[in-house]
Amino acid sequence: MSHEQTSLAFRKNTVRALEDSALRAAMKQATDTFGTKRADAFAPVADLEALRDRASAIRDDVLANLPMYVDRFVASATRAGAVVHRAEDAAAARETIRGILADRGARRIVKGKSMVSEEVDLNSHLEAAGMEVVETDLGEYIIQLEGETPSHIIVPAIHKNRRQVGRLFADRLGVPYSDDPQVLTKIARKALREKFLSADAGISGANFAATDTGSIVLLTNEGNGRMVTSVPPLHVAILSVEKMLPSLADLPAFLRLLPRSATGQTITSYVSVITGPRTPGEATGAKELHIVLLDNGRTEILAGESRDILKCIRCGACMNVCPVYRSVGGHAYGWTYPGPMGMILTTLLTGMRNSHPLVDASTLCGACVEVCPVRVPLVDLILGLRRRKVCEGFAGRGERRGMAVFGRAAASPGLFALAQRLAGAFWPLARSLGGKDVAGRMPAPAKTPLRRRMP
Amino acid sequence: MRVLLFGTCLVDTFFPEAGEATVRLLRRFGAEPVFPKGQTCCGQPAFNAGYDAAARAAAEHFLWEFDGDDPIVTPSGSCAAMVRHHYPRLFRDDPSLLARAKRAGERIYELTQFLVHVAKAHEAGLRGKGTVTYHASCHLTRTLGVREEPLTLLSSLKGSTFLPMPDAARCCGFGGTFMAKLPEISCALADEKAASIEATGADTVTGCDSGCLMNIADAMRRRGTRIRVAHIAQLLAEGL
Repeated sequence: MSHEQTSLAFRKNTVRALEDSALRAAMKQATDTFGTKRADAFAPVADLEALRDRASAIRDDVLANLPMYVDRFVASATRAGAVVHRAEDAAAARETIRGILADRGARRIVKGKSMVSEEVDLNSHLEAAGMEVVETDLGEYIIQLEGETPSHIIVPAIHKNRRQVGRLFADRLGVPYSDDPQVLTKIARKALREKFLSADAGISGANFAATDTGSIVLLTNEGNGRMVTSVPPLHVAILSVEKMLPSLADLPAFLRLLPRSATGQTITSYVSVITGPRTPGEATGAKELHIVLLDNGRTEILAGESRDILKCIRCGACMNVCPVYRSVGGHAYGWTYPGPMGMILTTLLTGMRNSHPLVDASTLCGACVEVCPVRVPLVDLILGLRRRKVCEGFAGRGERRGMAVFGRAAASPGLFALAQRLAGAFWPLARSLGGKDVAGRMPAPAKTPLRRRMP
Repeated sequence: MRVLLFGTCLVDTFFPEAGEATVRLLRRFGAEPVFPKGQTCCGQPAFNAGYDAAARAAAEHFLWEFDGDDPIVTPSGSCAAMVRHHYPRLFRDDPSLLARAKRAGERIYELTQFLVHVAKAHEAGLRGKGTVTYHASCHLTRTLGVREEPLTLLSSLKGSTFLPMPDAARCCGFGGTFMAKLPEISCALADEKAASIEATGADTVTGCDSGCLMNIADAMRRRGTRIRVAHIAQLLAEGL
């Protein structure tokens, strides 16, 4: 599925999403469930705040020394036998991966879940080169069949209910309709098993990269991730540069935080630490391992005031609690990453010009900050982007004028009182034009404001 | 004790009754509220929308109006959070205003903070009536960290029953300019909040921020729900 960015139509997208009752019901049910499971999973973790501090400090250190850590990772991974490629942007990443696959005559590709591969729009590029690319994560498989993109970074098909999946499978796979998740999972498993066994190459993402051992780390639940990385002879992993952890010894802190934050699990079903390709004497693993490190604007983000977004470990907890995301789902944001972390990352990676309505996609309620396991200051980052939007001239003219007037009135009690009286005088008119807009939803100004009631 | 009352622009313009109730409460507990006549707005609408110059103009004016050593009391968690947490950022490059901003941040109390920690109003045997539920507004709860004080006060009321609301601290969809920029989501969130309130069976919903209460009251109106929406200052003042 190709990525036509629609972030500029954010409000229109939200209106459409709000009219989709199946989507809203699915979002509410799933995000409520994740919220409860997350809270339950963290309840017994007595040192949670200290753990978050530690994880946050590790991520701060990574960002403060990123070029050094990336070099160290490249050296370690190379020593372990992997081939590491640096990709400056999305096009370079796509072309590098296509080249690796084409050079080895790979035609049939199985894929594990990877948001970075979505970011660079890898699938359509490989398909255009005549390769068959099959997503093997169940949620990804569903949306690939549907021709959609993920609407959540952890739960790509979160917006769908099981009846929709049942109909999709019946239509596309020619199986009898069922809305029993177990039956549907078995159908997908059978279809995918054949793909695994005949695949020429596997493509995966990675949750972390340990710079001391050169290992990449994958947290998965379905076993497909392990199949993708070990059954085909060739494994290509794509990850963005900020996924570094200084040491594999740092991993346990993140293993305690990430699954609990993401799905409310104490640990994922699989934790794969992949260090180099299969060596003589090893029973499993790909014979050849390529690691593609994607920059795609991150070095620039690192140098700016929004750098803390790169601390993010992609757990999705911020979106599960975000009132905006919960209401409209991920597709409304119009690009790869939705929710609080997504609106920030999208604006930074695709540019204010292509995404500025997203910076308003927050009530600033702070629920995201409360759950972020690595203390990304999401609200501060959103405020920073709003300042940038204004500075770069993407705010509407009416708003800019209104705010200039506000600034003057707020600094002058006489003007302020006058504005108050004018608001009262013009209220009936404003209200009649209102509807769902502001005036229609606010009461009329009081006849006598507080300032004139006070001694 | 002299306290400076910051009414907030919303209470001043739309809900003066909540301001008058605040005055009655403060007087009842031995404080002497003074309303600086030149006060306007804390600057939050501009700050939250990314207009720092306008926000700084408002904030600087606030610092002049509320100069001194007296405690500042305001019936709004959001405005108190603005002064305490965001003013220092606005003036980070101006040492003298920064010092004043920090002092103002230390002096400002959201009303329920003052009533519990200074006035001990929860020990005064205030009266209440009927059944009451409470919406924990976002900035009050998460930025200012005021979670217990409103509950302490509400559950101390004699003659009224407090009914907790599920997900009480979930956003009502007001969000200041958010309600104007994305009104459809704002209304959907307000509806969700209204449904939570209705599910409690309470006859009154209260809170500490008139912006949220205004948004909730609008959702109630749209839904034809007859649940009273009252600022906590009014609810408490009725029991004096």
